[in-house]
Amino acid sequence: MTRLPVVLALLAALAALLLFDLGSSAPLDPYAAPPLAALGSGQAASGAHCSELPSR
Amino acid sequence: MTDTTLSAREAPRLRGRVLSVASLAAAALAVAALAGPRSGALLLIGLGFGIAMEGLRFGFTGPWRRMILFRDATGLVAQMVCIGLVAVAAFPLLAAHPTELIGADAPVGYAMVGGAFVFGACMQIVLGCGSGTLVNAGSGNLVSAVALPFFCLGSFFGAYHLVWWTGLGALPVAVLSGTDGLALTLVALASIAGIALAVAEPGKRRLPARLWIAALVVAGLAVLHLAIAGQPWGVVYGLGLWAAKAAVALGADLSGSAYWSAPANVERLHESVLTDVTSLTDIGLIAGAALAAWWRDGLAARLTGHPLRAWIAIVVAGFLLGYSSRLAFGCNIGAFLSGVSTGSLHGWAWFAAAFMGSWYGIKLRPYLGLEARR
Repeated sequence: MTRLPVVLALLAALAALLLFDLGSSAPLDPYAAPPLAALGSGQAASGAHCSELPSR
Repeated sequence: MTDTTLSAREAPRLRGRVLSVASLAAAALAVAALAGPRSGALLLIGLGFGIAMEGLRFGFTGPWRRMILFRDATGLVAQMVCIGLVAVAAFPLLAAHPTELIGADAPVGYAMVGGAFVFGACMQIVLGCGSGTLVNAGSGNLVSAVALPFFCLGSFFGAYHLVWWTGLGALPVAVLSGTDGLALTLVALASIAGIALAVAEPGKRRLPARLWIAALVVAGLAVLHLAIAGQPWGVVYGLGLWAAKAAVALGADLSGSAYWSAPANVERLHESVLTDVTSLTDIGLIAGAALAAWWRDGLAARLTGHPLRAWIAIVVAGFLLGYSSRLAFGCNIGAFLSGVSTGSLHGWAWFAAAFMGSWYGIKLRPYLGLEARR
């Protein structure tokens, strides 16, 4: 077997994850989305990161 | 005649490449239209990381292995160059924009150091770290593709228990900042590179052009990530989030976890992954690596088999990679690259512990059936 079926299976799994996510999450709203760049936006960073503890 | 034949062969390949780039650009535009311009930009940055790391063979696990086994310093020095370049931009940016940008700050503690040690060992067992597992899986490596879902599960459970583990003992968060902090960081990175070059075998010290280019490109993308997302590049949060979403869909109640019941994480669970920073770059990493592997005809390579005990080891190590990276407040990207380049001392503790763990992981591989005994 070559690497190609592995990649195809992985991409199919990723597509399934995205479809499931879009079906089960809150609807996307591009008008309520943050601006393109955090730098210069005047808004506090709000994304989650692996270095964060919940109490922070 | 030969030129004509070559052109005839190259034309479909060129057409395929143009089409693939156009498809990815269209996908990023679609994400931007659906989830906002920042999401589209982060997907493109993730694609850039994947293409650069797979295309230029820039990583963390392989270079550490080559340093430990063969005294080849080139990859390790390239990492130091990359982190130093990010730090040169990140330190002043964080100082000038403290309300808009945050660093990868985390405390050094027992679980953090232990987690980094286990992560270092496991990354050598599966030959892939946080970014490496995604890039390798994206390029068709079966070991990484098998390890990846267990990495996600481990990241979910590690986050679930994170507060308990951190409660075992941790120092206050310590962060280097300002010009003095940057100078100290650069001196430390140069010292590591200097030690690596000093112990390297002759002929294994000079960096090839591709590693210089890779260090520059990855550093540039990491700085761009900081400016766009407002936070440094990370990998493992997104993987745990995917498993957490699946757990909730299957009826799991996460209110018992101080981590997953925290308001910020409840919001992440409620919103689409297309609005989550690390999910977007993780997806981009996989897709970018797949594209780069396809471009250089790497997908036609045949897979090599392993005995059953090796596959069991890969599954267990995949889970432990995810679990330990949450205890360590990140993997080679979130803790090491991003932690060190934004001044967090936990990044340095992570490097020391993970490098030591890597030494043991390399020793373990033959006993797990992953390679022949030396």
